[in-house]
Amino acid sequence: MAEPVLETKGLTKSFGALRASEDVSIDLRPGEIHAIIGPNGAGKSTLIAQICGALRPDSGDVRFAGADVTALSVRARARRGLARTFQISALAMDHTVLQNVMLGALGARGRPWRFFVPVLSDRGLRETAEAALERVGLSDHAATRTAELSHGQRRQLEVAVALTLRPRAFVMDEPMAGLGAGGSKRLTGFLDGLRTEAPILLVEHDMDAVFALADRISVLVYGKVIATGTVADIRQSDVVREAYLGEGA
Amino acid sequence: MSREHLVNLAVVLALVLLPLAAHLMGETYWVTLATRAAVLALAGVGLNIALGQGGLVSLGHAVFFGIGGYAMGILAYHAQTYTPVIESLGLPGTNLMPLIWLVAAMFAALAALMIGALSLRTSGVYFIMITLAFGQMFYFFALSWPTYGGEDGLSIYVRNRFPGVNTLVPIQFYGVVAAVLLLALLLSDRLARSPFGLALAAARQVPARVAAVGLDPQRLKLVAFVLSAALTGLAGALFADLNRFVSPTMFSWHTSGEIMVFVIIGGVGRLMGPVVGAVVFVLLEHLLGGISEYWQIAFGVLLLLIVLFARGGLIGLIAGREKAHG
Ligand SMILES: Nc1ncnc2c1ncn2[C@@H]1O[C@H](COP(=O)(O)OP(=O)(O)OP(=O)(O)O)[C@@H](O)[C@H]1O
Ligand SMILES: [Mg+2]
Repeated sequence: MAEPVLETKGLTKSFGALRASEDVSIDLRPGEIHAIIGPNGAGKSTLIAQICGALRPDSGDVRFAGADVTALSVRARARRGLARTFQISALAMDHTVLQNVMLGALGARGRPWRFFVPVLSDRGLRETAEAALERVGLSDHAATRTAELSHGQRRQLEVAVALTLRPRAFVMDEPMAGLGAGGSKRLTGFLDGLRTEAPILLVEHDMDAVFALADRISVLVYGKVIATGTVADIRQSDVVREAYLGEGA
Repeated sequence: MSREHLVNLAVVLALVLLPLAAHLMGETYWVTLATRAAVLALAGVGLNIALGQGGLVSLGHAVFFGIGGYAMGILAYHAQTYTPVIESLGLPGTNLMPLIWLVAAMFAALAALMIGALSLRTSGVYFIMITLAFGQMFYFFALSWPTYGGEDGLSIYVRNRFPGVNTLVPIQFYGVVAAVLLLALLLSDRLARSPFGLALAAARQVPARVAAVGLDPQRLKLVAFVLSAALTGLAGALFADLNRFVSPTMFSWHTSGEIMVFVIIGGVGRLMGPVVGAVVFVLLEHLLGGISEYWQIAFGVLLLLIVLFARGGLIGLIAGREKAHG
């Protein structure tokens, strides 16, 4: 089997007495979508923060693209090809949609030290940005001020920014939240094709999307992975039904 | 053309035409007031890069203003006394403005690099306090530096030279200052639209996003702080030249506060905000300063009204909310 692109080993993180991650070991293999599901407060976003470098684990390692990145900053991990989307949109609200995506393209290029040429006339950045907007279906809103986007459109924009990074792996925190049925379906179709570009670690509450997309699912409850398996495995698992699916379904 | 473009154009025209008119009517005093406004505006354009574009609330910009002032004072003092600046190197002083400006901007930038590297580790109130503390350090240092006048300051008897210009004629000196100001405005506008400006504005709004795309928000802010300081330092040199005098007051936190306040009144992050703010400041200072030494109370009330009711300052009131660049 191919070596995982992304891997955590025994990640543990406490906030005071609260164990937000407990011995979490998961991996993401080339070409797959690995979904992380779990109730509110299970520690999904905390796990993502440790994977992306925003939070330091108390113990455990993160490996990415063949190297131990546990000690690296968010920025260094991004430069190695880790692209994330945020659960709570982290976008420059005063900027236009196009500018937000161009920031991604600029990050991918990695040289922001150009002071006196207009960024909008930078062909390379612009083409990358416009292509990403096209792919998520936001082209018509390129000139819209980001603060004026609907919640769902902001989710799409988050994905577009991640696309500009041409990453080795995507880490997405609830990209479907607030999209509505139509939007969810569209994004589901899009992510389905995206996995061949780079594998996706997908935190998602939308079970239809998860069951449609995931090659594997891990279930996180109280900071612990209680099960990992295929869609069928997880659907049939008594442990999972009791701990999680039961209460929601 | 947007409304703000029209307002900006009107401000530029006023910068060129009004002092010229005053000159033609023989109102030399008003030309000098305009020069004072233009110099302060330049300091504000500098601050606005840190404050408006980078979101850095620096109460220490008097450091850079003062460094610019003393760069001028020291270089010109040695030029007028025919003594070397650094004895062992035999480095002479100078009364050539472009050279003085270069030194002023460079030393201000260097100071900003050091102060920024230390204070950018903090944010919010702590950042404000640290920049303020650096300001006070420089202030007391200048107070107790007898070589260059200590608390009495340093007088320069002849205004410095600019090739091809008689800087002793008020309107000609104004022309030099206005040209520098217009150039700084052009650069600042370009900066805001550049790749760097885009990344900086994002670092101000959502640093987490900037890091997530692989850029370093702190480094972007540090560079902005340095560029900002260089312009404010340049303004300090011109301010000293205008008064032919430098004193530790240039370093005092009042100076930092005044620059910040008039930038806020004019419009933080708006291209012409510092210009409009500086003009209002100088006008109030002139019109009310004669009546009462408490004229700053009026200024304070204006600040309060702006902060409460007009987030975009006077420019925001006239031109409406800022359009995203582009
Ligand atoms: N910085 C923090 N300090 C203290 N507690 C925190 C912090 N961040 C998260 N927590 C707590 O850790 C637990 C896990 O939070 P986390 O946000 O990771 O959950 P989640 O699975 O993403 O939930 P949701 O589905 O609501 O997004 C929660 O109880 C939360 O309150
Ligand atoms: Mg979460």
